[in-house]
Amino acid sequence: MKTLLIGEYREGKLLESTYELPGFAEKLGAETAMLLVGDESQLPVCNGTLYLADAATCGEYNPDLHKKLILETVQKENPDYIVFLHSSYGWDLAPRIAASLKIAQISEVIGIQDDGSFEVGACNGKMRRNVKPAAGRAVITIQAGAFTAAEPGGTPTVLKVTAESGGALEFIGYEPAEKKEIDLAKAEVIVSAGRGVGKKDNIPVIAALAKALGGELGASRPVVDAEWIAHDHQVGTTGQTVSPKLYVACGISGAIQHLAGMKKSDFIIAINKDKDAPIGEIADVLVVADVMQFVPALTAKIAK
Amino acid sequence: MKLLVCIKQVPDLESRFKPDAAGVWYNETDLAFRMNEYDEYAVEQAVQLREKLGEGTELTVISIGPDRVVETIKKALAMGCDNAAHIQDPAASGKDPWQIASIIAAYSKDKGFEIIFTGMQSQDRGSAQVGVTIAEQLGFACTTTIVGFDYDNGAITAKRELEGGIKGVVKLKIPALVTCQLGLNTPRYPTLPNIMKAKRKEIVVIPVADILREEALAATVSFHPPAKKGGGIVLEGDVADLVEKVIAILKDKTAVLR
Ligand SMILES: Cc1cc2nc3c(=O)[nH]c(=O)nc-3n(C[C@H](O)[C@H](O)[C@H](O)COP(=O)(O)OP(=O)(O)OC[C@H]3O[C@@H](n4cnc5c(N)ncnc54)[C@H](O)[C@@H]3O)c2cc1C
Repeated sequence: MKTLLIGEYREGKLLESTYELPGFAEKLGAETAMLLVGDESQLPVCNGTLYLADAATCGEYNPDLHKKLILETVQKENPDYIVFLHSSYGWDLAPRIAASLKIAQISEVIGIQDDGSFEVGACNGKMRRNVKPAAGRAVITIQAGAFTAAEPGGTPTVLKVTAESGGALEFIGYEPAEKKEIDLAKAEVIVSAGRGVGKKDNIPVIAALAKALGGELGASRPVVDAEWIAHDHQVGTTGQTVSPKLYVACGISGAIQHLAGMKKSDFIIAINKDKDAPIGEIADVLVVADVMQFVPALTAKIAK
Repeated sequence: MKLLVCIKQVPDLESRFKPDAAGVWYNETDLAFRMNEYDEYAVEQAVQLREKLGEGTELTVISIGPDRVVETIKKALAMGCDNAAHIQDPAASGKDPWQIASIIAAYSKDKGFEIIFTGMQSQDRGSAQVGVTIAEQLGFACTTTIVGFDYDNGAITAKRELEGGIKGVVKLKIPALVTCQLGLNTPRYPTLPNIMKAKRKEIVVIPVADILREEALAATVSFHPPAKKGGGIVLEGDVADLVEKVIAILKDKTAVLR
């Protein structure tokens, strides 16, 4: 079995998450070759063939051109699986490859099953599906963090590749993340509000618990999108990554993008009215209650 | 100019899910359905563009599914879409992303759409494939996960959201397709007059068999709850009791309370 792994490079750097790709291949028991649009000074530390295109000429985000590079490499390598990370780079490019080859794509894989199917999440993380490609070959995107990264080691055999530009898309540039007023990464206690808090007027109730515990206020994305709490309080893949001693999740379902930002917390308490909420999978304590009843009562007791 | 927005009806994600008889998708009994959250942003963006371009612009909304999806189509019409296509398919949940995209591409082929909006993914399936695959099949320029959108003079300027909150700014020539991310805009609530007006808007019904020519490329072989990792405790009951228990745990397991 053979996999073609598609590495990631952004703002002049090889992304660390690239090592999760060989981690997946190892679990699959497959041989690997890698394609990277990157730079010679930033080679992944691994063995095997590395098809390297120059990001300076091929662009960091140029889906039409990167598609060409990948399709040409597929011709040379004839892989069973073409593997991406399920990231802003991967989920953008993977369907283009699957459609061009007219093969299945299996998105955000978290496990490999014995029957040749792959396990993926469903219903915002509440359920799971096993999905099987109809033909042998498939495009796969793996969930960030789902497979242990391979230990860096070895030296790749570099084959330089390139492709002509073209297409109707032009990359203008990057915009930095919004400036942070608070650095949640340093907080020892974080109490986060999710959509289950109900409305903006209820946020002070969550903030009061954060204060009583001597911590900071965090938030899930919908609460930030609705402008109940400022963006620099957002925890998750598109917010901050935190690892406090105590994380209290109030009315947060536990979507993977939120978990990615807080699962390394030492101790996690979740308050949710839904016993099946996926946050329960990683919480040390799941309190099944209405957050607007439980949180004020807890705060009052602590304040005493 | 002709615009298309693609929407999916999904169950309320706070529901309890049980596998169906075949064990490959959820049982629909007792589930309440609504518009996929990501698609609400797509509809809002499409309606805003339609309003900006004014006269001579036509915005169509399309949805594939059983008759229940008409409710969600009506919401999109009440938000400001001009007309709708309902691809009637009682077995839509069994179709893979390739087939769903093929249906929309086949519908769109001779319609002259210049911009297509979709959500970046659905909340129940989460494949994040349909939008990009439609663009591939139609030969449209495409970008994904947008949190900013502007259209001027034949070109879209979109802001893509990347990991850690960085954004990538991209310019696309039309015809183009964009997939919309949470927070792109503030989706409007339909007003009563607009709900009434939407009742008179046309919904074309097309049976899926008339339009689908593609076989599935992937199949779901099992739908199941996650394996319980265990470890955590679940506390239920009276609030005062729960508070006592949580205080005891905080004192015992963390250095936060002494
Ligand atoms: C590319 C991408 C990046 C993303 N980045 C992030 C990110 O950085 N951070 C992030 O948080 N999300 C992110 N998301 C969004 C993520 O997928 C979820 O949509 C989001 O985390 C859900 O937030 P929530 O848990 O607050 O809301 P919901 O999922 O709506 O959950 C609300 C929860 O509250 C519970 N609840 C409701 N009422 C009550 C009550 N009265 N008492 C107690 N509990 C109640 C419900 O049972 C439910 O579990 C991202 C998504 C994508 C696609």
